[in-house]
Amino acid sequence: MKRLSRYRRHRAAAPLLLIFALLGIGTTFQVAGATTTSPMTAEERTAAIEEGKEIFLRGCSSCHGLNAEGGPIAPSLIGVGAASVDFQVATGRMPMADMSQQAMRKAPVYTDEEVAALAAYVASLAPGPEIPTEEMLNYERDGELAEGGELFRTNCAMCHNFAGQGGALTQGKYAPSVMGVKPVHIYEAMITGPQAMPVFSDKTLTPKEKLSIIKWIKHAEKEPQLGGVALGRVGPVTEGLLVWTLGLGLLIGIAVWLATKAK
Amino acid sequence: MSKEIEAIQDPGLPAHKLRQTDVDPKAADRAERQVAILFGLSALSTVLFIYSYLFISTDTFVFIPLMGEQNAHQLFLGLGLALALLFIGLGAVHWAKTLMPDHEVIAQRHEFRSPDSDREEFVKTAKEGAAAAGLGRRSLIKRSLGLSLGLVGLSPILLLGDLGPLPGDDLKKTGWKAGSRLVTDPGDRPIRPEDLEVGAVAQTLPELAPGKDHRSLNDIAKDAVLLIRLRPEDFNLDDERLSWTYQGIIAFSKICSHMGCAVALYEQSTKHLLCPCHQSTFDVTRAAKVIFGPAARPLPQLAITVDEEGYLVAQAPFNEPVGPSFWGRSA
Repeated sequence: MKRLSRYRRHRAAAPLLLIFALLGIGTTFQVAGATTTSPMTAEERTAAIEEGKEIFLRGCSSCHGLNAEGGPIAPSLIGVGAASVDFQVATGRMPMADMSQQAMRKAPVYTDEEVAALAAYVASLAPGPEIPTEEMLNYERDGELAEGGELFRTNCAMCHNFAGQGGALTQGKYAPSVMGVKPVHIYEAMITGPQAMPVFSDKTLTPKEKLSIIKWIKHAEKEPQLGGVALGRVGPVTEGLLVWTLGLGLLIGIAVWLATKAK
Repeated sequence: MSKEIEAIQDPGLPAHKLRQTDVDPKAADRAERQVAILFGLSALSTVLFIYSYLFISTDTFVFIPLMGEQNAHQLFLGLGLALALLFIGLGAVHWAKTLMPDHEVIAQRHEFRSPDSDREEFVKTAKEGAAAAGLGRRSLIKRSLGLSLGLVGLSPILLLGDLGPLPGDDLKKTGWKAGSRLVTDPGDRPIRPEDLEVGAVAQTLPELAPGKDHRSLNDIAKDAVLLIRLRPEDFNLDDERLSWTYQGIIAFSKICSHMGCAVALYEQSTKHLLCPCHQSTFDVTRAAKVIFGPAARPLPQLAITVDEEGYLVAQAPFNEPVGPSFWGRSA
């Protein structure tokens, strides 16, 4: 420890610490977030609804109202369905960290059981989209990769970027990256239309087509970088920036070196 | 102020400074070694290039810090060739700067105009050549050559025909007709109003004409329509435009009225449509009125209703040309 502390005033100490801290946060993000939904019996469901109501009153009611009827700063949750709750809470978007334009993905506050209980409670208020089961989400078996790509480009790419990296919307809102999102959450987002995202109905985008999209996204995550550094896969902006700064900088350096005389 | 402007004197060459390599033989030897090392590095890089081409398989990936997983074959091919060329250049410049003579030399330019004697000689040779070829005498050759050269010269004008034909009313028409069903893109499934819940969108095209099994990209580029379902009370439309909607479902051309990008970034929370190219923002509740950005006109709205089988259809073709302005577009 002493040895290490000698370097604490080193030039590289602050940037290194920052990198470690960021890595730590990143890893936490990765590790936190693994839910499995299992069917419940009637008694379990009743118990879950009771527990969910408890959690709701403690954690959600200050904004969403004591009966989930909504308020001046938060929408009503009656009829949003279990899928909506699972998406918002299990991806950490709810509870919101601050009242900014958009709730962002972060480490979830509640455990899987608590999320399931909350979902059961909200679903008990009024019918709404349900959480898709494991059986419904077998995208490797039921999805088609090429069709998924075509559907993604028509329906998703304008906001989420052609490689699923996310993109900006208006006034600080943004479409998040879809990389590293669990299939169940992608599916729930499509059927519930969270925040600025519209709903993609099962008739206009069939469940099979939704699985094709998920399959394409999962494939895109593993896409090897054949063209060198991907630079965030956002297209010409980062590529141009790199050429204009690093590339031109290098050329200017060489030009300066060419023009100096040897001593 | 002085009366006369003084001409700036020619400062002449600065005094020649000897380099270290000029005076110190050890420094010269060191510079020679440095140049040799640079050239040697170039040779090694070429070996790397050859090695990656021959021996690294195309599906090998290596982890490079800051760059992530990289394809080793591609990476070392590129690096090898780039470094090989770079080190040749660096070596040559270093050689020139340290060891090649660096005495300043003045070389005077000659006059651009050739001496009169050369010019006369040229005219004489040209005349003699023409006379010997019999151009003046053999007028058949002269005329036929003139004809062939003239025709060759005119032929590019013919190719200008490929700039046309004029589009006619192509820009004003789309594939939408009264009664065209709205079908999903891709999938080609007709849509019922009850298929869309509030907040839903659907990317649609007109149904394929009977007997056709695919669309041309040109047609898709004009016909793409975005269906959006809102609560009917969210609309802020005049009676005519309201009659173009169906139970809260409204349809707009996806082709931006500014530059023709596909406008489909629909924000359900604000009910705004955003064009990804230049951030033109359209308010869906007010018939796609432009509320931000460079677009000059709202997106054309497609009048929709349902047919007797309950599927969504167009009431009529678009009442205005879709897409960006063009020469001769009325309003």
